[in-house]
Amino acid sequence: MTREEIIEKGQVVYKKPALLNDTPMHYCPGCSHGVVHKLVAEVIEEMGMTDKTVAISPVGCAVFAYKYIDVDWQEAAHGRAPALASAVKRLWPDRLVFTYQGDGDLACIGTAETIHALNRAENITIIFINNAIYGMTGGQMAPTTLLGMKTATCPYGREVSLHGYPLKMTEIAATLDGTCYVTRQSVHSVAAINRAKKAIRKAFEYSMQGKGSNLVEIVSTCNSGWKMSPEKANKWMEENMFEFYHLGDLKDTGAVK
Amino acid sequence: MAKMKGATVVDTERCKGCNLCVVACPLDVLALTGKEVNRKGYNFAHEVLADTCTGCASCATVCPDGCITVYRLKTE
Repeated sequence: MTREEIIEKGQVVYKKPALLNDTPMHYCPGCSHGVVHKLVAEVIEEMGMTDKTVAISPVGCAVFAYKYIDVDWQEAAHGRAPALASAVKRLWPDRLVFTYQGDGDLACIGTAETIHALNRAENITIIFINNAIYGMTGGQMAPTTLLGMKTATCPYGREVSLHGYPLKMTEIAATLDGTCYVTRQSVHSVAAINRAKKAIRKAFEYSMQGKGSNLVEIVSTCNSGWKMSPEKANKWMEENMFEFYHLGDLKDTGAVK
Repeated sequence: MAKMKGATVVDTERCKGCNLCVVACPLDVLALTGKEVNRKGYNFAHEVLADTCTGCASCATVCPDGCITVYRLKTE
């Protein structure tokens, strides 16, 4: 059996979701953002919400997310995506509203907006890409940078006495009464990607059922910021990041309510 | 016994040569090109052991740019 025959007669097992358009993504080779974009596009497609989604893009590497996924987008000021998402969802309760933010946007400049939007139980989903570094601006230390991790602004590694401790936003979110589903996932392997997709789907469904705010953290790699190959970055993440950022659901009250 | 035969089609112009699909493939079907590059200057992924592909779609799942389409056919 030749390759051409398989392509002609066989079934398509996997292809790029139609919502993800043909514009080449500006992300570095091997960046986790691409995988998460793909998952978001797949979930929106599967839920049949293509015409009823309003997404909020952040400031950071994902600032151009609106160029790649063909749904309605709003671009928020730095860190203010959850505030904008709250407004959109209140004006349009039948829309699927989610924000897509990195750790510099969500865990640093936007900490107040994030915590208050989550605590107000706005029916939105926040997708939080945590790669422990400021990727877009050249690899500076972020609030989520691990202790001992070297970045451009802490070249000898992050020290407690000088920089304090890394911030666990997802744990904070889990303690808030307004949140419904809080989870931490990753996209370093096929199994992890499938789990992350299920988590995003669940969060989107809860937000449409009006069960409260949802936070999906995706522990990601930034291979150029970390100065590693994509493959090594995945390994480094497994060995170092997961020890501090434990994967799994932290809170799920949606099934009970 | 029924066997699964697979085939992958890589959008070579979209591929950035990150090598994640090559690592993810359990049967070493894919590899990056050695010298050949696409218009952006990246070495791109291509099939080197096409016969062994079972169409598990691991490569396509991990591809950050959605460059890979996977086909599968059941054969006797």
